[in-house]
Amino acid sequence: MLLRHTSKEVKEREGLTINPAKTCQPIGAMYAALGIHGCLPHSHGSQGCCSYHRSTLTRHYKEPVMAATSSFTEGASVFGGQANLLAAIETIFSVYEPDIIAVHSTCLSETIGDDLQQITRKAKDDGKVPEGKYVIFASTPSFIGSHVTGYANMVTGIATQFAVSTGVKKNQHNIIAGWMEPSDMREIKRLSKELGVKIVLFPDTSDVLDAPQTGKHVFYPKGGTTVAELQSAGDSLSSLALGSISAEPAAIALEKSCKVPFETLDIPIGLTATDRFIMALSKVAGVAVPDEITAERGRLVDVMADMEQYLYGKRVALFGDPDQLIPLTEFLLDLNMKPVHIVSGTPGQRFEKQMRQLLDARSPETNFRNGLQADMFLLHQWMKNEPVDLLIGNTYGKYMARDEDVPFIRFGFPILDRIGHSYFPNVGYSGSLRLLEKILNAIMDRQDRDALEEKFELVM
Amino acid sequence: MEANIHFPDPSKVREELIQKYPAKVAKKRAKSIIVNDPQLIPEVQANVRTVPGIITQRGCSYAGCKGVVLGPTRDIVNIVHGPIGCSFYAWLTRRNQTRTESLMDANYIPYCFSTDMQEENVVFGGEKKLKVAIQEAYDLFHPKSIAIFSTCPVGLIGDDVHAASKEMREKFGDCNVFGFSCEGYRGVSQSAGHHIANNGVFKHMVGRDNTPSVGKYKLNLLGEYNIGGDAFEIERIFEKCGITLVASFSGNSTVSQIENAHTADLNVILCHRSINYMGDMMETKYGIPWMKVNFVGAESTAKSLRKIAEYFGDEELKARVEEVIAEEAPRVQAVIDEIMPRTKGKTAMLFVGGSRAHHYQDLFAELGMTTVAAGYEFAHRDDYEGRHVLPSIKIDADSKNIEELKVVADPELYNPRKTEAELEALKEKGLEINGYEGMMKQMTKKSLVVDDLSHYESEKLIEIYKPDIFCAGIKEKYVVQKMGIPLKQLHSYDYGGPYTGFEGAVNFYKDIDRMVNNPVWKLIKAPWEKAGNGAGLSASYVTQ
Ligand code: SF4
Ligand code: SF4
Repeated sequence: MLLRHTSKEVKEREGLTINPAKTCQPIGAMYAALGIHGCLPHSHGSQGCCSYHRSTLTRHYKEPVMAATSSFTEGASVFGGQANLLAAIETIFSVYEPDIIAVHSTCLSETIGDDLQQITRKAKDDGKVPEGKYVIFASTPSFIGSHVTGYANMVTGIATQFAVSTGVKKNQHNIIAGWMEPSDMREIKRLSKELGVKIVLFPDTSDVLDAPQTGKHVFYPKGGTTVAELQSAGDSLSSLALGSISAEPAAIALEKSCKVPFETLDIPIGLTATDRFIMALSKVAGVAVPDEITAERGRLVDVMADMEQYLYGKRVALFGDPDQLIPLTEFLLDLNMKPVHIVSGTPGQRFEKQMRQLLDARSPETNFRNGLQADMFLLHQWMKNEPVDLLIGNTYGKYMARDEDVPFIRFGFPILDRIGHSYFPNVGYSGSLRLLEKILNAIMDRQDRDALEEKFELVM
Repeated sequence: MEANIHFPDPSKVREELIQKYPAKVAKKRAKSIIVNDPQLIPEVQANVRTVPGIITQRGCSYAGCKGVVLGPTRDIVNIVHGPIGCSFYAWLTRRNQTRTESLMDANYIPYCFSTDMQEENVVFGGEKKLKVAIQEAYDLFHPKSIAIFSTCPVGLIGDDVHAASKEMREKFGDCNVFGFSCEGYRGVSQSAGHHIANNGVFKHMVGRDNTPSVGKYKLNLLGEYNIGGDAFEIERIFEKCGITLVASFSGNSTVSQIENAHTADLNVILCHRSINYMGDMMETKYGIPWMKVNFVGAESTAKSLRKIAEYFGDEELKARVEEVIAEEAPRVQAVIDEIMPRTKGKTAMLFVGGSRAHHYQDLFAELGMTTVAAGYEFAHRDDYEGRHVLPSIKIDADSKNIEELKVVADPELYNPRKTEAELEALKEKGLEINGYEGMMKQMTKKSLVVDDLSHYESEKLIEIYKPDIFCAGIKEKYVVQKMGIPLKQLHSYDYGGPYTGFEGAVNFYKDIDRMVNNPVWKLIKAPWEKAGNGAGLSASYVTQ
């Protein structure tokens, strides 16, 4: 038993988090910044945070993840990090030559009280930012929120610090990507193209964190939303924010700064969330949904109908991040499955309310908790009390899955031990079909494994 | 010795590496980029601050303390006091394997504990929450020990983890609770954290259990963290030789082993950087000498075993060690014979850690490969130039605030295991006691030594030297591989290993052979990309 000290008896905790179902804000900011073309993320704090964030993103993507750090030592921690950041900006522009430096804070610089707005302004005033180059920032103390809100903060920073409204509207729509994989972003772009809608997608990590092997390391890969696109986002006709926690704050900010109206949708994981996405996009752009997309949808529904017997009533435990868990839970319900335990370390009443609403309507008995002490330890205890047929979550779930002998699907962040998430989407109808295939394979492989010899089926 | 490999003019390379830096940065980096001469051993600037903005391999003090030194001991509940991230990232990512005797034995390594500090804790102090967390851990698990690790904000807001630990330790009576002030901003790298960890383990663990250990040849293994099962292989060899391992610091270890470590008669040190303080302190307090060994590489393993036998000075042990070496050597040689024709003459670069960039050169040498450039991520000058430079190392502001424990001989337990005369005699036989020669003495003339290599410098080095393999860590892995050059991770071993001892050597040879000769490196260009300019590309792939 790997998690041999996890007991069945649930005791309320107030101080100790065990096996967290979240991590800290800066890694989200770093991930978001990688979705801007020519951008180098910069971690304003001591080296360790940056090293950990880069390592985790690298393990998840198996791709280069470049980011710099202010390398605080004790002196900087006492006297403030301004000198370090100014020196860093100068060094970065001369050595690594990015178009943009996206600075995020860490617990350390936040505790000291460094003001990123003031320091980055000073960098500009002191001539440390070359002509045509940018330094943007986001505040991401990790004693607030989670990696998801850190992502949201940086996306908001990107939106407010680049988008300008020229007064002349452009025939385009913003899609603000909630936390999703490069593959998902690619799929969003494909679907929009199918629909014939011109979009500005940001951030966009496709062609950055799924870069091809060419024999050359391209420091700033060809992907990422460009500065010109980001600037034009202020003139877009509308914004669609995919995810109320990770994307909506940027849409709100953009509405404020550039008067771009917005609508918030779930990340299109699963049938109904994708339906809403396609409807919304066709509506704002005033275009009809092409037959090809209807056919894609039809293929997904076809499999749902054909394989329903293997899905019905299957009990699922899941953990992860708000904007993914909500549509995923909805999809499981659409599949006639039973989400029995749901846990997310990301705090927030908005999320809690949304998930509750969904569950109250369709599965009121589901155990759900988010925020402090809503961790994998609790989830595991729940699983011991009310066992499940399937576990869905990031790589850390494999320890619970092995101990409880439960089929396991990797989904979310981070996935440290398998590939695929960068290349094959979970969004859209075809992405959902792939997710469904994974669910079916997990369940049916288990049935095959456990079947008595006389009950072993050839055709399923 | 000068290698047969053609070196580019190293002083030119050096210039090229720093060319692009702003003047001040260039001046600083120049002192850390050195052309080696094993006879003279020039000075290398090391253990100094990384220039802000430089993309560095380095991590922080917390990583060195919790991640490296304390992490591998399975039955301590390690609570990270701070916001969630620090604990999350150090959760199982270092691959410290551990093997309990039964399912009943404690093993907290698969768990991640954090106080998940919130804004109100930063504003009003987090000590209260910490104590609640300690109490909850105690109630849930009843562990022998609970260790508390401070992350960056903790020191700044003034939480006293030591006072909180003491209070809880006294309250419980049967659980040893102790804290580490290993905030990430201390020192300039993981190295500070190693030192802080050594101090804490020495103060709070070593010497708590005076039960005499049993065995004829009793030693502790220091600076071995059982990544990929390295310790298991060393344990196997020790057992075969009849050597008793009292405690390991800290791969595959338990609290009680460490508490009893002072009853051993020798400390052998693998990773000098991370644990040399412990060797020194145990020598001063208990009279146990330490000796640098290396179990990375088959020849180095044999050599280290002979050194241990020589230290104990026992003919029976010496004979047994020879027997074991003779038994193990043939299978190692068989693999070398098979692989050598494919690896001989190839080149390697190693930039990692604080000892591995040195140790792994032995394995490459055994494959007939030359190390053309190497450097550490967080070592000090003594790891490069040898311990004799210690007195001449300037203590700067960053090292000054890391506590040096005042250690004196224990009035009851001090017992010099060897007399001065015996130590002298051992030295005469070539046994270096309490010493370490460093990396540079072993490297070829004109090879390049670079401390705290930056990303930019690594790309330049690869462009210039085009090595056949590059060794570093996860952050560098895919950058280098995108350049078409395989990268061997020497922190995580790319999830392979063990690489120590005889079995480990065989594993490593095979892995390197597989990596440098993998057909994938010749498949990078599409046939249509090759058609125009076939130069330098594999002819086997050109379409007829
Ligand atoms: S929680 Fe704070 S100190 Fe820890 S890694 Fe994250 S930003 Fe750094
Ligand atoms: S072997 Fe390397 S990684 Fe391990 S502790 Fe020593 S210096 Fe660190």
